[in-house]
Amino acid sequence: MNMNPKDLATTAGNTWCPGCGNFSILSAMRMVLAELDSVGYPVENVVLVSGIGCHAKIVDYMNVNSFYSIHGRTIPAASAIKIANPDLLVICFSGDGDSLAEGLDHLIFAAKRNIDLTMILHDNRVYGLTTGQYTPTSPQGFKGRSTPAGAAEHPMNPLELMLICGASYIARAYTHGIEQLQTLFKEAILHKGFSFVDVLQVCVSYNNLYESYNKWTYTVQGNDAASFEEAQKIICSWNYDRSEVPIPLGKFYEIDAPRFDQAFSERRPNLSDRDSKINELLENFI
Amino acid sequence: MDNFSTLIGGIAGDGINEAGLTVARLFSRLGYRIYMYYDYPSLIRGGHNFSIVRASREKIAAHMDRIDVLIALNQETVEKHRGRLKDSSFVIYDADKVKLDGIKQKGCGLPITSILKEATAPPVMKNTCILGGYCKVVGIDWSVLEDVLKKHMPKKLELNMQVARQGYDQASEFCRIDSINDKKDENDQKLLPIITGNQAISLGLIKAGLGAYVAYPMTPSSSVLDFMARYAQDFGLKVIHPESEIAVMLMAQGFAYAGVKAAVGTSGGGFCLMTEGLSLAGMAEMPVVVVMAQRTGPSTGLPTYTAQGDLHFVLNAGQGEFPRFIVAPGDAEEAYFWAGVALNLAWKFQVPSFILTDKVVSESQYSFDIDLAGDPTGYMVGELKEQAEQAPLLWDGLGEYKRYRYTDTGVSPLAFPPQKGQVIKTDSYTHDESGITSEDQQITRETCDKRQRKGQSLADDIERYETVKVFGDEKSKTALLCWGSNKGVCLEAARKLGLRVISVLVLSPFPEGKLKDALQGVERLLAVECNSTGQLARLAGFYGIEIKAQDRILKYDGRPFSLEDLLGELARALA
Repeated sequence: MNMNPKDLATTAGNTWCPGCGNFSILSAMRMVLAELDSVGYPVENVVLVSGIGCHAKIVDYMNVNSFYSIHGRTIPAASAIKIANPDLLVICFSGDGDSLAEGLDHLIFAAKRNIDLTMILHDNRVYGLTTGQYTPTSPQGFKGRSTPAGAAEHPMNPLELMLICGASYIARAYTHGIEQLQTLFKEAILHKGFSFVDVLQVCVSYNNLYESYNKWTYTVQGNDAASFEEAQKIICSWNYDRSEVPIPLGKFYEIDAPRFDQAFSERRPNLSDRDSKINELLENFI
Repeated sequence: MDNFSTLIGGIAGDGINEAGLTVARLFSRLGYRIYMYYDYPSLIRGGHNFSIVRASREKIAAHMDRIDVLIALNQETVEKHRGRLKDSSFVIYDADKVKLDGIKQKGCGLPITSILKEATAPPVMKNTCILGGYCKVVGIDWSVLEDVLKKHMPKKLELNMQVARQGYDQASEFCRIDSINDKKDENDQKLLPIITGNQAISLGLIKAGLGAYVAYPMTPSSSVLDFMARYAQDFGLKVIHPESEIAVMLMAQGFAYAGVKAAVGTSGGGFCLMTEGLSLAGMAEMPVVVVMAQRTGPSTGLPTYTAQGDLHFVLNAGQGEFPRFIVAPGDAEEAYFWAGVALNLAWKFQVPSFILTDKVVSESQYSFDIDLAGDPTGYMVGELKEQAEQAPLLWDGLGEYKRYRYTDTGVSPLAFPPQKGQVIKTDSYTHDESGITSEDQQITRETCDKRQRKGQSLADDIERYETVKVFGDEKSKTALLCWGSNKGVCLEAARKLGLRVISVLVLSPFPEGKLKDALQGVERLLAVECNSTGQLARLAGFYGIEIKAQDRILKYDGRPFSLEDLLGELARALA
């Protein structure tokens, strides 16, 4: 019998603002995990890891194994969980402040290692929970509480960064497209290697970009996702600044590549011959 | 001969550490117990390095300033260390490079450079050559050196043997180091391995069931990482060197969440980066073992020198209040035993657990007797019941699993994913029993109480261990109070002066009762520490054990107390 996505809810009261883009991510992920459960990926094998910020509350709202980590630190905890037990499907939820500011080094290394994790970036381009400061993906000139005269710096393009660092699955979605969210989440989870999904998630309270996204986003069609150059071209066609250009959505890149977690699959402590091995080893030091 | 000290010095890159180890292995084969202090600056090539190898009939863990033999590979070694020579000492030196002007002690110059040139041997073999000469000078049979070289220098063995033999043949015998092996029955003087404190810690962790080691290199902890990586295959360890200590601390907790026993290692600066993750371990109740090897601070300080300056940092690191276990071993046996215990306790009580060392314990070489160390996996060797008592509390599989279920001990049963039909949630926020975030007043108070109960359970549990040790004259009214690496030097000084030594091994939960028992009858208490304020003395002060400023014997120049240093300080203090 198929699992009902509603079974994946918890009793925790939801505290996101009405209209928050996070609701779409939550509902798409519940549907995907329920669907995967019925096709050989039992939900007890899933571990969700979140950072700190509005995005992170998602783990309280899902009746699934979870590790509610600290700000910027999803990747290292998730990496060890995957290495400890390769049978687990490990999914990180992070924000643009969480992963691109506080924890950027971990994100770069996850891509460099091509470790088999999925990263869902709730990219609302503002700090919500601390009530409205600019983030690494806020456009130049963004007037936030810490930059009342407008952010002086240009945003970074996280997808471009992930591409050059070695991520092997890269996609972008928008919280106004639940079907696309589901398709991309499922692909990303099933992809073997580091999967990065940038979700343009609207923050209704501090950075409401519904109008702009509705006008400028489009889904790429017929692109060659195995081509680095083509992916780079699509990814670089919008740079997160306030320029009025089309914003591509969809899967931009997917390749097969060796993974860091593969190196550890055979390592299990063998307790039966441990004492004799310690004694053998000590012989070498006489 | 009860005690014999050899100093070998040269420039970084000469292989002074390895040469010192060769000397140590020679004496070990003759039945002596070894302690080797290795002194080196923070650079790769050049600069002055030296090893002091001390051999003794008794187990030792301290060096002496005065030496019996000086082995000088360069002139600087002679100039820096001539003051250590006794009238009876010898100097063995490379006659092609070193002049012994104004030194009245017996010298044996060997044409090392010429010997190597003739044999077309690489410069690094000057060690082997001069150690050949050393054996002749101190009267150690060629066969002993041959045995050491065969075992430890299998690469280019013939050439090494050739230059060593040249050194041996060209030197003359000044004294005779007797073997003490053949005088008693074999069990009394078994051949012991010589290992560092870091290697002993690694073995203790492995013995107790370590599954993963995660670290970012930092002196003086790096050799744990090196050792674990080298033997990872043998013991099925997952060894990872990630991008930073922040990642290290979080990875350890990812492992713990998935049921793999993990340890991390660092020194002060790296530990600073670990503190946010440490606090997570406190809140999320994640077992994690931290090997924290102190060096001279603040900041970068003296990277390759010692200190005991981080006790209060480790006691208090991380925001919020949560229990932790801290042990400071004083030699290789204690390092092995307590590393295993630290891992057991971390898992039994789901707390961070520290093995607090310093450069001296971490990097010095000790004769290591695994039987003397004891089995850390059980309270008493071979007692299965005790072993089971020290095992983690696992979920019984009945009913609904709650990661943070309230219990009398404060310890909630552990389960690891996947568990069919169950959900395992861990959380850095204040959370309810299920691991779901809560800001409720009552839950906040209850979970705080839960962590405190766990701390009390831990404190009760460690009563079974010898958390405070008393050495020397146990009746003496004057006692030395020490922790960590100063145990060895205090013990020797106390034996000479008829004093009591109280070594505090566990620093958290603080063994107040045991320490007060150990202090029975003490009228004068002197603290001996390698820091500038007396950190253990300050901690003891919280428990009403007052040690006045003038009774704190403190050394904070990056170097450990030599036996002479401490005897001098005690002579002044007790005058």
